[in-house]
Amino acid sequence: MSVYELSLLTVIAPLAGAIIVGLFGRALTEAQAHGIAIIGVLVAFIASVFIFYEMYLTNFDPQIFDVYQWAVIGEFSLGIGFLIDSLTVIMMIVVTFVSLMVHIYTIGYMHGDPGYKRFFSYISLFTFAMLMLVMSNNFLQLFFGWEAVGLVSYLLIGFWYTRPSAVFANLKAFLVNRVGDFGFLLGIAAIAATTSSMDYEVIFNVAPHLGAEVLQISDDIQVPLLTFICLALFVGAMGKSAQVPLHVWLPDSMEGPTPISALIHAATMVTAGIFMVARMSPIFEYSETALMFVMFTGAATAFFMGLVAVVQDDIKKVVAYSTLSQLGYMTVALGASAYSLAIFHLYTHAFFKALLFLAAGSVIIAMHHEQNIRKMGGLWRRMPITYVTSLIGTLALIGFPAFSGFFSKESIIEAVHLSNVKGAQYVYWLVLSGVFITAFYSLRMFLLVFHGKPRMSDDEYSHVKETPYVVTLPLIALAICSVIAGYVMEPLIFGTYFDQSIFVLDSHPAIANLQAQFHGVWAFVSHGFVTKAFLLLVAGVVLAAICYLVVPRIPEVAARVLSIPYRVLVHKYGFDWLFIKGFARSGVGLGKGLAALGDRILIDGAMVNGTASLVRGIANQVRKVQTGYLYSYAFAMIVGLLALLTHFYLQS
Amino acid sequence: MELPLLSLLIWMPIIAAIMILFAGRGAGGQMKWFALVVSLVELVASLILLQRALPHGKFQFIEQHVWIERFNIYYALGVDGISITLIVLTVFMTLLIVITSWRNIKKQVSHYLAAFLLLEGLMIGVFCALDAVLFYVFFEAMLIPMFLIIGIWGGPRRVYATIKFFLYTFLGSVFMLVALLYLYSQTNTFEIAAMYTVPLALNVQILLFLAFLVAFAVKVPMWPVHTWLPDAHVEAPTGGSVILAAIMLKIGGYGFLRFNLPITPDASRSLDWLLIALSLIAIVYIGFVALAQKDMKKLIAYSSIAHMGFVTMGFFVIYQITPGNYDFQAMAIQGGMIQMISHGFISGALFLCVGVLYDRLHSRNIEDYRGVVNSMPKFAALMVLFAMANSGLPGTSGFVGEFMVIIASFDASVWYAVFAAITLIVGAAYSLWLVKRTIFGETLNNNIATLSDLDGREFFALASLAVLVLWLGIWPAPLVEFIQPSIENVMHFALGTKLP
Repeated sequence: MSVYELSLLTVIAPLAGAIIVGLFGRALTEAQAHGIAIIGVLVAFIASVFIFYEMYLTNFDPQIFDVYQWAVIGEFSLGIGFLIDSLTVIMMIVVTFVSLMVHIYTIGYMHGDPGYKRFFSYISLFTFAMLMLVMSNNFLQLFFGWEAVGLVSYLLIGFWYTRPSAVFANLKAFLVNRVGDFGFLLGIAAIAATTSSMDYEVIFNVAPHLGAEVLQISDDIQVPLLTFICLALFVGAMGKSAQVPLHVWLPDSMEGPTPISALIHAATMVTAGIFMVARMSPIFEYSETALMFVMFTGAATAFFMGLVAVVQDDIKKVVAYSTLSQLGYMTVALGASAYSLAIFHLYTHAFFKALLFLAAGSVIIAMHHEQNIRKMGGLWRRMPITYVTSLIGTLALIGFPAFSGFFSKESIIEAVHLSNVKGAQYVYWLVLSGVFITAFYSLRMFLLVFHGKPRMSDDEYSHVKETPYVVTLPLIALAICSVIAGYVMEPLIFGTYFDQSIFVLDSHPAIANLQAQFHGVWAFVSHGFVTKAFLLLVAGVVLAAICYLVVPRIPEVAARVLSIPYRVLVHKYGFDWLFIKGFARSGVGLGKGLAALGDRILIDGAMVNGTASLVRGIANQVRKVQTGYLYSYAFAMIVGLLALLTHFYLQS
Repeated sequence: MELPLLSLLIWMPIIAAIMILFAGRGAGGQMKWFALVVSLVELVASLILLQRALPHGKFQFIEQHVWIERFNIYYALGVDGISITLIVLTVFMTLLIVITSWRNIKKQVSHYLAAFLLLEGLMIGVFCALDAVLFYVFFEAMLIPMFLIIGIWGGPRRVYATIKFFLYTFLGSVFMLVALLYLYSQTNTFEIAAMYTVPLALNVQILLFLAFLVAFAVKVPMWPVHTWLPDAHVEAPTGGSVILAAIMLKIGGYGFLRFNLPITPDASRSLDWLLIALSLIAIVYIGFVALAQKDMKKLIAYSSIAHMGFVTMGFFVIYQITPGNYDFQAMAIQGGMIQMISHGFISGALFLCVGVLYDRLHSRNIEDYRGVVNSMPKFAALMVLFAMANSGLPGTSGFVGEFMVIIASFDASVWYAVFAAITLIVGAAYSLWLVKRTIFGETLNNNIATLSDLDGREFFALASLAVLVLWLGIWPAPLVEFIQPSIENVMHFALGTKLP
């Protein structure tokens, strides 16, 4: 099969699975439903691997295919099509692989749920939408995928739709994402208005010549056009990839079942923003302002969201804040023009974060849906596979040398250090101290869950048992990936892999500088033990061990002594308050105000009733003559028309 | 002899309606079937129209007979891509109403259906008329069945609603009549095409423009002449709301395309700022007002006004798009036109959804519902789809028109696009908040728990709308292609000048 046919197969197979299971689920048994969904995703995964192989044979030469014309207006053509290059294909493999693991895991996790088949339909639909997003060759389809993954995320966060907290969370997620999409759509509109095209290819070719173009905001305010485009697009990325201050929806999204927290809210959908910026590197490279903004936003997210993870007690919330923080790292890399590192971290993170979520889910199943880590402890004896795989995931997350997260995160920190973007030196300290925070909260969670004395009754503890193989097999597969995924670093980052998909100006030398210091993977690993980052990592691990294993009283005392910063963290810096009390309430309040003042008092009150009282006088007279008002109007109309015609007739 | 397809489309339902009215009470059951058959034949006839239409922007299927020779008034009919599309929409929505009213209307169903058939014929007449007097007659006459529908089958405050409806629309059309008579005095004919070419001074054009504006702005409705619509919707029976939202509002948009833009192009150009401002107010202001509604029908009615803002925005922003950027100008009008069709499907569907709930619990209050999904899963799935379409989700028809208008507006001004794009947030907020409060959550009470899910007829109506909403969202190309020549024809006049 050609690459084009394989691409079509990749998107159609999961879509077909979603449609069959979604529409005809009632006629299927549970096994048939999950069988069909899994086959769809498996086909997509295999096709993706074949595409990778075909691409490898042709040196990852980008290939563009048009699938169909969506609409054509004169010369302005909107279409659906694929751009298959090295960036696309790595995303396709990550998405389909993690999706496949999650599909299998779901068999165990959702077993017995009344919405079992609906769940499979949704996650297959998600896979389709995400693939459409990453494989697109134009902004129309990108926006379609972008919003479609948002739709499925909405449906899945609210999957247990009778829970008030779930239906609150999904509305919140959708609306916060829409705030991002508001910017995203304006960015797309700016591109369309500038280039009269939606195709990436056209825009990328034009971008270098747009440096001097400005956008007239008002009579005396001008913005460089490319900066406007990049910032507007990035607002979209901030929504989807949950960057401060549009991150508020992601922790709440944990209301959804755990498999989708792994798939959508850790490994794939939330990385769409990162992917998009990397894809748009030929545009972003020409706006220093935008790159700086991207870098600072990422740094703020990485640092401040990591701190919130320290005070969370819900196992999923800890991982969720950790995801925010790691997304921040990716964003920082984008800002440093180290797009390939952002994608590299996206790729390693997909494995270890999906692993951590699925492991958390495994713990949740074993604990009969208890999610509070303060009520766990000592689980390592009861759940050896979950324990070992969680350990691997944790080591990868904190960036322990030789594990996958190490390669990507360590290089991001170094790239920032070597970058010449303004303010990179401050960002460097933020991302570096982030290592300490990551190590601390990760170990805190790990130790509270698996070590120490069980904080539950003996009876409960004795009922905890390892989860079935459909749950543990994906854990093992992802754990293997979390160990080995980083070793492709040399060809991926310093080879020619991304040469034809990611564009970096010579004036942004972060990666080039990094390459000068790189002497092979093993040297990188051994060097990893003598860096500042490693010291911070060890400090974080040791502190967590002291606080949560050796002297468990320390956290309580610390919370009391540091009560103000502690409370700031517990309230998550007040963002939720701002969004709910501030924006949402005032929006509804504004609506009520306008409805009352504008529509009822001004328009209906003054304008209409003023006229109406006049008319009422006349109508009262008419009413005396006529019997049925409906017929009277019709009658009056016809008489009036005839009278006018007669009038004209007599005149002429 | 060529079959007079347009006359057939217009008069068949009107004659059928009269026959039903004379059939007497005893024949109600048979008359329902008769109405169904007539609306099916109409659908077939409209599809023949669609299939035989030639791909040029000119009027076709022309029928012309002298009506009142003394004044050069003709019974002149003809359609282009724009009117054919709206006719198919009309015929299809009427069929859905016949199907869904089957058992849900308790009072004289056959007469109810007759009113809709009458309305159908008259509305098709509006879309076919090439003579201004004929247009005016259909335009006014179509109000009569709508009065009857709201006045007889409406809610408790139906008298207030019908009077308000009447006053607004009648007042508007009186101005239009004056404008038409003036144009007659200039051209000595009521042929609309002749009005496109007659030279007119700018001040005259502006007066004519304002006269047409009043007539059509009330219909759309545009802010601030919109307040009749929520009242009319609230009191109208389900079918009345569906036709009102799906077709009657479009006659306002259609009027702008047929009268304002081509007859008074210079006035349109100099007053574009006014129309753009009113459209943006509709999109933003009315969006927030929709957010505050407690009555489902009012919420959807306000949502309609906000969505129709994109129609007028698309039509009048063309004058501010970079001159020569012909594709974007065409895209703006395309966007407005597609928004009209899409809004027909979506708002029609949403009013049907409210009707489904109202038939069961006799309440439109959002507060009286919660957790409907637990007892009505099929209904819930469709309702969520339509709410998503209403908030402009790509892949649904709701996205297409808004997307085109926003992109085209950006070329005119960043700020237009910024204000128009606010709908992305606010539109999603009121649509999905409605869903959250009514569909999701735990079952509110026993009434909700015992709701029965969609019956076959309701399911057929909503599912077929869902298919259309998705089809238009996934592949709008056929529709875009079909109406493009007609839009170019409108643009030919709209972008020209008529100054003497």
